[in-house]
Amino acid sequence: MSRALWPIARMTLVEASRRRLLIALTGLTLAVIAVVGYGFSKLPSVGGSHPLNHDDLDQIASVLTILTFFMFSFVLSFASIFVAAPAISADVESGVMLSIATRPLRRADIVVGRWLGLAFLVAVYTIAATTIDLEVVNLVIGYLPPHPVEAITFLVAEGVVAVTLAMLFSTRLAPMTGGIVATILLLVVWFGGIVGNIGYAFGNDTVAMFGTISRIVLPTDGMWRGALYYLQTPQLLAAQALLGRRAAGNPFFAPNPPALAYLAWTVAWIVGLLGLATWSFRNREL
Amino acid sequence: MTASFSPSPTGSSIEVAGDSSPAIHTQDLAKRYGHVTALAGLTMTVPKGEIFGFLGPNGAGKTTSVKLLLGLTEPSAGQAWLLGAPIGDLAARRKIGYLPELFRYQGFLTAREVLAFHCELARVPRSGWKEEIAEALATVGLADRADDRCQTFSKGMQQRLGLGVALLGRPELIFLDEPTSALDPVGRHDVREITRALRDRGTTVFLNSHLLSEVEMVCDRAAVVDHGRVIAVGTIDELLRDADVVRVRLGGLNGRLGDLAGFKAPSADGEWLTFRGVAEDRVPELVSELVRLGGRVYAVEPRRQSLEDRFLQLLDEEDAR
Repeated sequence: MSRALWPIARMTLVEASRRRLLIALTGLTLAVIAVVGYGFSKLPSVGGSHPLNHDDLDQIASVLTILTFFMFSFVLSFASIFVAAPAISADVESGVMLSIATRPLRRADIVVGRWLGLAFLVAVYTIAATTIDLEVVNLVIGYLPPHPVEAITFLVAEGVVAVTLAMLFSTRLAPMTGGIVATILLLVVWFGGIVGNIGYAFGNDTVAMFGTISRIVLPTDGMWRGALYYLQTPQLLAAQALLGRRAAGNPFFAPNPPALAYLAWTVAWIVGLLGLATWSFRNREL
Repeated sequence: MTASFSPSPTGSSIEVAGDSSPAIHTQDLAKRYGHVTALAGLTMTVPKGEIFGFLGPNGAGKTTSVKLLLGLTEPSAGQAWLLGAPIGDLAARRKIGYLPELFRYQGFLTAREVLAFHCELARVPRSGWKEEIAEALATVGLADRADDRCQTFSKGMQQRLGLGVALLGRPELIFLDEPTSALDPVGRHDVREITRALRDRGTTVFLNSHLLSEVEMVCDRAAVVDHGRVIAVGTIDELLRDADVVRVRLGGLNGRLGDLAGFKAPSADGEWLTFRGVAEDRVPELVSELVRLGGRVYAVEPRRQSLEDRFLQLLDEEDAR
């Protein structure tokens, strides 16, 4: 690995900081977490004259935590696309790239350096935001999901997948175009996942295949479902299991963790797309 | 144009090694975009240590040539070497500086941070950064704005900063693409002085410019490109060799101009005849010859074409072919 990619990666972090992206994200995230914490603190009294017992509270907190993570997943995916879509193309458009690409470094260093910086940014944001959120919930109501580390890891992976996709487009498309294309793909795959689950729930293999293919083409939904699985309590899993295949129709239920083969595919997907992005940028006329 | 060596048969390196290799050598370098030919077989050699001007009208292929040489675009055909290494060679890039024509530095960085970033990219030893940056800032006149963010800079200041970036690491070869396009007269003067100072310390400067007066003032040699090919190359004096012009208002010759010996046939405009390629010291000889043939000389106006006149003349001649 060339040492030339480190200044590029570092510059990505400096840019995020100087453009006030970090401040904006931190401020908004803390505000959201404060609202979530306030909402959770009101849960014990939601039953009015019939206070909820500890198990009921845990089940409600579990579902609400899943929804909160879904919100983070949504924000994370789109934020990843919005920061990665201009990562290369904006520098090409402004002419910044002319002075960088003529230095003694390979085009691959530029792409991988940018990707490293953005992936680091996404990982730090995700870990910080979700950890604070879970700690606040734990503080106000005493609830923690069963496997928080695994859930957060899958969420980070979702963000990294989104960054990688947008980076590929950034090597060829204008920032706005790349961002829009990546966003549409993300939504199509998310929607495809839900449709596929409904197909599975009602035994329609063709429709179910649609979901499987969409998760292979773009593993963002697959990673979200990995996070989802590890956020569910055993009681929630058991209750949904009683519904059999029909439970798969619930978009906020994952009966199984992602298979090892799928995780390997996701890693290969990230490496492959990064390689494609490098090839694409190496062959781009500046 | 000098053509003092041959590329190796393999094309991977040039046979003239070490310090004797030219700063730039291109062999039939061409670039096509679909059916459009941006550069049609550029062959030229730029020796080390000179300021080389690259002239041409818009769309002549000047910036394309620079981008090809710097590895920013891939040639459709041909080969080129910078400092003896094939274009794109990473080791050679450490010795090359570049001021692009159209660019903007990261607005969120200060001038000092931009320079530090490029010191790192150019692999300048970290112990030398402070001195390099201070020298670059002082040279381009930005020392008092070193800690201001680039987003507050005017276009001219961005151009000064770009020049400072190109100077980092004491490159052996610098490409300046329209370096004075956004500068005021003081800035242009500064750039001329910087360019001359670079040559004095042995740096080769490849100056791509529309401003012919700039080229005339600072360049040792220049090439004129049009429609993607070099139509003239040489020292400024060589380019202007045929640029000495004498206008003579003449009567009484009665068609005997064909008998004029030792001078090219003039072009006529009423009573005025224009003789090209006549140096000032040959004007008396020309007048004597005209009088000998029976001509009555009413006025003689010796003058030298500017590079701009010569440039336009070259383009006209090229178009006429």
